[in-house]
Amino acid sequence: MTETQTPAAGAQLSLRALTKRFEKFVAVDALDLDVGAGQFFALLGPSGCGKTTTLRMIAGLEEPTSGQILLGGDDIARLKPYKRPVNTVFQNYALFPHLNIFENVAFGLRRRRIGNVKPKVDEMLELVQLGAMATRKPSQLSGGQQQRVALARALINQPRILLLDEPLGALDLKLRRQMQLELKRIQTEVGITFIHVTHDQEEAMTMADTIAVMNNGVVEQLGGPTELYDNPATTFVSNFLGQSNLIRGTVKTAGADVVVDVHGTTAAVPADRARVTSGDVWVGVRPEKVELTAAGQAAGAPGTTQTGTTLAGGVVAEVAFIGVSTQYLVEMPWGQQLTVFVQNNGARDDFRPGDPVDVHWRGEHTFLLDAAQDAHAGEEE
Amino acid sequence: MSAVVGGLTDAARGTATTPTPTPISRRKLTGYFLLLPALAWLAIFFAVPSVQLMATSLYDRSGSLEYGYEMTFAVGNYPAAWTAYATQFGRSFMYAGIATVLAIFLAYPLAYAIAFRAGRFKHLMLVLVIAPFFTSFLVRTLAWNSILADNGFVVGSLKTIGILPEDGRLLASSVAVVAGLTYNFLPFMVLPLYASLEKIDLRLVEAARDLYANGFTAFRKVTLPLSLPGLVAGTLLTFIPASGDYINSQLLGTPKQAMIGNVIDRNFLVILDYPMAAACSVTLMVAIVTMVLFYVRRSGAEELL
Repeated sequence: MTETQTPAAGAQLSLRALTKRFEKFVAVDALDLDVGAGQFFALLGPSGCGKTTTLRMIAGLEEPTSGQILLGGDDIARLKPYKRPVNTVFQNYALFPHLNIFENVAFGLRRRRIGNVKPKVDEMLELVQLGAMATRKPSQLSGGQQQRVALARALINQPRILLLDEPLGALDLKLRRQMQLELKRIQTEVGITFIHVTHDQEEAMTMADTIAVMNNGVVEQLGGPTELYDNPATTFVSNFLGQSNLIRGTVKTAGADVVVDVHGTTAAVPADRARVTSGDVWVGVRPEKVELTAAGQAAGAPGTTQTGTTLAGGVVAEVAFIGVSTQYLVEMPWGQQLTVFVQNNGARDDFRPGDPVDVHWRGEHTFLLDAAQDAHAGEEE
Repeated sequence: MSAVVGGLTDAARGTATTPTPTPISRRKLTGYFLLLPALAWLAIFFAVPSVQLMATSLYDRSGSLEYGYEMTFAVGNYPAAWTAYATQFGRSFMYAGIATVLAIFLAYPLAYAIAFRAGRFKHLMLVLVIAPFFTSFLVRTLAWNSILADNGFVVGSLKTIGILPEDGRLLASSVAVVAGLTYNFLPFMVLPLYASLEKIDLRLVEAARDLYANGFTAFRKVTLPLSLPGLVAGTLLTFIPASGDYINSQLLGTPKQAMIGNVIDRNFLVILDYPMAAACSVTLMVAIVTMVLFYVRRSGAEELL
């Protein structure tokens, strides 16, 4: 279930069998993880998955039960937080209310008795566009400004690694979008390794180079945003990142293509997209990769000759017009409802509830998962 | 109710056309009416007695209760009070100061432990801090009288380990009076400190540790400054009543430990020299207010005033 791939050489932070056990439950279970130097790395997962505990162990605010935290080869797992070249942007920022913005940002420099504080702080406030706010108190700033102060206060210490704990969680949607781009810009500019903890899959996909999807204290899958989305390794990942249709099937033959029997229809899935190659499987396909036609009509988007799998006998159950797309729920003969997103680009027919339809997809858009896994794992409530 | 509604519509119409100020000012007056009971209370029980006290301090000292006092604006009462009782004034502020400092060192760790370390015992510990208030101040001070008594356990133990000489005693000494003051006003230090500490977001301490502050520096730079309002409030609540106290000196000390409270008490009730007693009272009040203002300014906790 756990899949860890080691990214290119030069990994700066490595977690080795990192474990945190609280009295009754295991928050982080023998976690192995490698984060490359200069990466924007996201730990993504639902609340309680162990991502924040992992972050706090890297920061030194939580002591690991066992395991190693290797920073450039040195084990820092037992070091006090103030001895680690790691800084954190806390959830809700944790700015010092009794100090002004300048002193908040200068805090780390002063503790390390680094001279020449003023130009450094001024430069950092400039980077986060808060030069004019130096003498204000945190309470006089907006949420977005406080967020940037928290970032400046951590970055000014030039940490080897910057940890961000749900940094945008307290901001409204519009500001969050803006700050996502801002964070990405700053990360590119300073080149420090960012490790970003979030439960927001969109936020993780927008910013991170590499995402580790965590669940129940282990990494379910690690990879780039596109890879995780297109080829999820578990039902949890397929549901937690976007939506998936998971249809029950049985493998008939396995070769370059894995051929699966799906409720009487044969579907072919490229072998590199199959996590299992025998027995019962989930055939997964994203809603926007499914094509809908009137019953009996041939599929095929303009310009393609590829024919994939066709499942006949569907009936439109529900239609929701979203704007850019229309969302259909299609009831299949075996009782399952499939979700289909159709772009409203004028090239498709519209359907109404009760219309008989066929659903089509192409093999390279599907993925095969172990049928032993819960089809609803990771779905939003 | 209908009057209020009418007032609202009038006001709304007023902004659109010509201003009609009457309904608005009537609503403003409601606030002042609500203040009246408290103002009356303050006038009767604070303003009038204060003025009376100041007037008394300027009466001619040759008068008496039976034949009445004559108002002669005898400003000379003040220098007379200062020269006669300089020792007691000084002793009061010294005892109160020492008791306050002792209370800070006892109360801070206690309040800190209750706020951050007590877990499920937090409320029990708070109750224990307040519990002494269930008995009277006098009884508690008398209890200290027997704790520190010459044939008591404390004196005996101290003599055994040689801290106290064979003929040494605790009762009837400055130590006893300061100990009594510290004990009696300790809860007034603990409670505001606890209230201040309890509000501190522990993530701020984590942030400080993340930003290269060790445990002690994090305390000095974050916890301590953020608990300053509680510390200042506790200091005032301890120092002010302690400097005017006369029970502890009376029950645990001798005339050699007399504080200004005892002087005022004796002048009012024994010597019956009202102008002298009043002059001492006013001096004490002014001195304390001056010290408090200076202290609060210096500590940067102006919002307490």
